[in-house]
Amino acid sequence: MRCLFFARYAELLDTESLEIVLPSDATVADAIGRVRASVPGADQLPEQPMVARNQEHVRIDTSLSDGDELAFLPPLAGG
Amino acid sequence: MTFLVRDVIDVAELLDAVGGHGKGGTVMFFGTVRAGPEDGPVVAIEYSAYDEMAERECARIVGEALDRWPETTVALKNRMGRVPVGEASVGIAVAAPHRSEAFDACRYIIDEVKKRVPIWKREFLSDGGERWLENKETASEY
Repeated sequence: MRCLFFARYAELLDTESLEIVLPSDATVADAIGRVRASVPGADQLPEQPMVARNQEHVRIDTSLSDGDELAFLPPLAGG
Repeated sequence: MTFLVRDVIDVAELLDAVGGHGKGGTVMFFGTVRAGPEDGPVVAIEYSAYDEMAERECARIVGEALDRWPETTVALKNRMGRVPVGEASVGIAVAAPHRSEAFDACRYIIDEVKKRVPIWKREFLSDGGERWLENKETASEY
């Protein structure tokens, strides 16, 4: 699945996107754990960052499907 | 409607977008880049977004406002890129038959935008410093 990083998180990881492969029963928390453990700089991400699956806010216990797009969202600052 | 814009937010365009003969009250809100006071003078803020999701989340918020206050008409613009001090980064217009719905809907929209729309800002200071900022309202339930 595709992971997207924005703003400060993109700077921390020095990338705006990457592909990860997860088991079929994986959750958002599993994806966060995989990224934090395997990508240089990603250990500086929060353990529970705000995330969006397919452009909708989701909780970290949400199940993932192959082909989902998971966005890691730094604290928001719109308005 | 496109909710993200790259240029100066056009006040007249926002107002025109919500006007109508049945509207007795119109409320407009602008969030503007300010110079401080904390940590020295700010010269500009650069806004960026997860564009596709930000558009969808703004559409959801506007849809929710229209569900809750069905007689209102609503316009919402978020400016992207570098915005100098004194210029607006967000503009909202809400027209309604009576003022109370317009005030309530406008307040709802700006509060939800701050909590939910994936927009980020980096502040540029006059001493050359830069830093990422965050809203105190940023959603905690997700």
